[in-house]
Amino acid sequence: MTAPAPLLSAFRQAFSEAWASGAGLLLPLGFFAGTATLVPFTLGGEADLLSRVGPGILWLALALSSMVTLERVFQADLQDGALDLWLQDTGSISLVAAIKTLTHWLVSGFPLVLMTPLIGFMLGVPAEKMIPAMLGYAMGGLVFFLWGGVAAALSASVARGGLLIALIALPLYVPALIFGVQMVDAGVDSPSFLFLCACTLFALGVAPAAMGAALRLAAE
Amino acid sequence: MSDPVLIAGHGLGAVRGERVLFQDVSLEAAPGELILLRGANGSGKTTLLRQLAGLSEPQAGTVERTVLHHWIGHTNGLKAHETPRSHLRHWARVWGGDTDIAAILTEMGLKRPANVPSRMLSAGQKRRTALSRLRLQDRELWLLDEPFNALDTDGQARLANMIESHRAAGGSVIAALHGDAPIEATREVEL
Amino acid sequence: MLSYLANPLRFMRFSRLAVPICFALGVLMIGWSLYNGLFIVPPDALQGGDLIRAMFTHVPSAWLSMGLYAALAGASFVWYIWRHELADVAARAIAPIGAGYTALCFITGSIWGQKGWGAGWHNLILGDSRLMSVLVMLFLFLGYIALRAALETRQKAARAAAILALVGIVNVPIIKVSVDMWQTTTIHQESSVLKIGGSEPREDDEGMNPVYLQQLLWGFGGHTLLASAMILMLMRAEVYTQQAERQLALKLEER
Repeated sequence: MTAPAPLLSAFRQAFSEAWASGAGLLLPLGFFAGTATLVPFTLGGEADLLSRVGPGILWLALALSSMVTLERVFQADLQDGALDLWLQDTGSISLVAAIKTLTHWLVSGFPLVLMTPLIGFMLGVPAEKMIPAMLGYAMGGLVFFLWGGVAAALSASVARGGLLIALIALPLYVPALIFGVQMVDAGVDSPSFLFLCACTLFALGVAPAAMGAALRLAAE
Repeated sequence: MSDPVLIAGHGLGAVRGERVLFQDVSLEAAPGELILLRGANGSGKTTLLRQLAGLSEPQAGTVERTVLHHWIGHTNGLKAHETPRSHLRHWARVWGGDTDIAAILTEMGLKRPANVPSRMLSAGQKRRTALSRLRLQDRELWLLDEPFNALDTDGQARLANMIESHRAAGGSVIAALHGDAPIEATREVEL
Repeated sequence: MLSYLANPLRFMRFSRLAVPICFALGVLMIGWSLYNGLFIVPPDALQGGDLIRAMFTHVPSAWLSMGLYAALAGASFVWYIWRHELADVAARAIAPIGAGYTALCFITGSIWGQKGWGAGWHNLILGDSRLMSVLVMLFLFLGYIALRAALETRQKAARAAAILALVGIVNVPIIKVSVDMWQTTTIHQESSVLKIGGSEPREDDEGMNPVYLQQLLWGFGGHTLLASAMILMLMRAEVYTQQAERQLALKLEER
């Protein structure tokens, strides 16, 4: 299983699965855009206020939309039996799980990053903050998807796992959220960005092992 | 020196909640054997098979496998968007080796629906697709959970043939089965 | 000691004695610290006068919320490596007690902060990072309890919960650091318990007055004993429940 071929196939399968369920792909995008659109209505149209709270609102939307996607990721594998096939002779379900999570980040997390300027301008986020914000959403989104993946794997065998995923994952989102919001203000060359990257690396190191263990358990 | 053993389970036990499903089950499979796991619904056939496959952790006992195995569970492992062809191609890639997928599809009577997404296939066609995985790679041990489910007469005969030729080639099969078996077992384990 | 008690029979024998002893001692010590703390010690001008009296509950419960999460992770680790049933029973019992103490710490801290710092209710949570990390702790406990409740069999729940507790404990330091960085202008005081007995006691030293410290230590001891008693009680209840369910399963089977 250390050969790249199985992992490439895992990526291809996850990608076409996400692609085939078009609604699932568009759902986080719509959620993200919808949340951002509602903000001016809730806070009033003051440009000053909006540009200050805008990046924070986008962080919140990103965190929530990652959970919208993740609920089905491992649950589907469990129900259609694909999880059994991955488990039967692969020593590293962790790697497969990591690939699947990253694929879903690519399909439904990364488009959110690309949409940032559009929604950002709508909320009046200053242009010079846009690049740090996009970098931050990319890194922070990875953290959200990885820890969210752990929560989703743990609750894969629970029938309505959505709320459970949220409860489990939210405390784990806190550091990335804090550093992310700080770095949008402080810029790319700030320590906050380094801390955010550290969070991403840490999640990359720990989350796959936990997902693997959780999926072995879910299959039972 | 006796026959080499492909898989051996010693003193296996399963507990669900506080309920004991079975305990102290031991079995071994040598080349050429067909072992049937029999028992009423809820007796733990599937659980035992999953323990043998390494998918469930036995609450008691140990499992030793010396060879690679194929797993056909009661779920087929097909994704809704996958076609029989793309499903087989996917697992062929994961497992490595170059198999003639078109030939397998023809052999399993899946030539016509080969490119139809599985959400539009009948239960029998999906079952045939799952069973086609047995042809993708030569593995000495087959672990099958209710393999005849959903198959028509033709499909059942085909599967029985596959199992026979697999055994003749020195392979071994362990299957969980309820109802009449269209195949002759060398041994039955009653749960 | 721990491996000696790992035998369930020995554990039941030990805990039958330990529960009432821990319980009685704990209640007495808490009572003593509360009596002194509420009625005897003088009010402290720096800490909002009479509000310092909240400390004798707040600080022990802060220590127990951290300590119990660490214990939860420790028990989960033992269960994950050695699959020892009693370790899981312990983890299961620790969770609600830990959540309770975390909530207590948050509530007492809020009351203290609201009056003492004049923070006002509106920026009570936002005003202080250390209370904020207590709140995140509470969510870690609640997530753990919710996951256990959602999974259908005891074996599954045990495994999933152990994974979650281990993931949680490796994240706790990061959460702590990040929350501290988020609100650098915390109005919460630095921990001052350990400053006592410095080599040169000065007039303006921030170290804690021994009058308070003494009552605080009684509180520490008392709450630790009380928490132990409650956890052992829950563990005993769980062992009995499992025995009962085992017999129930057999009975149902016979019909």
